[in-house]
Amino acid sequence: MPMHAEEIETLLATAFPEGEIELVDLAGDNDHYSVTVTSEQFRGKSRVIQHKMVFNALNGAMDSTLHALQVKTVIPQGETNV
Amino acid sequence: MSDVIEQIKTDVTSNDVVLFMKGSKKIPQCGFSFVVASILERLEVEFLDRNVLADPELREQIKAFSDWPTIPQLYVKGEFIGGCDITREMYESGELAALLQEKGIKTAA
Repeated sequence: MPMHAEEIETLLATAFPEGEIELVDLAGDNDHYSVTVTSEQFRGKSRVIQHKMVFNALNGAMDSTLHALQVKTVIPQGETNV
Repeated sequence: MSDVIEQIKTDVTSNDVVLFMKGSKKIPQCGFSFVVASILERLEVEFLDRNVLADPELREQIKAFSDWPTIPQLYVKGEFIGGCDITREMYESGELAALLQEKGIKTAA
């Protein structure tokens, strides 16, 4: 069942207000998306936890509404000490 | 505790690598499952494949067991590693091969 891009972006922006969200509608059918979320909130957490944070932000849409959402989580690169 | 949950526990504890997937390793029936099965084949890792399409109860229970909403799901030595995106990322960065070696699981080096 399709879900509009704006709806996904709104949910993610609410959960990651300081983050960056990059959503791509892969097939142009509101049903296959790829999203990259960049957020400080991921720092120090395992990938599984990071992805769960994204799923939780979508209020269960992963279980039922969306057919496919590829998720990539990124921790912002701060200043390096190199 | 349902029999299905017991079977999941037995599968992930008595096999080094288990993939809960749509279809089988020989005939994957979903692109995401195909990707993970292909990665494991490429690493020449022996793994048990469990087809959730053949068992609706398994399909629901594995999501609850892992607290993860999608299929496929990869387990290594009883630990949930992730779904397609995480497995692919770890494969591409070399982390997956490193993890398998660290756990003493034979791979293609």
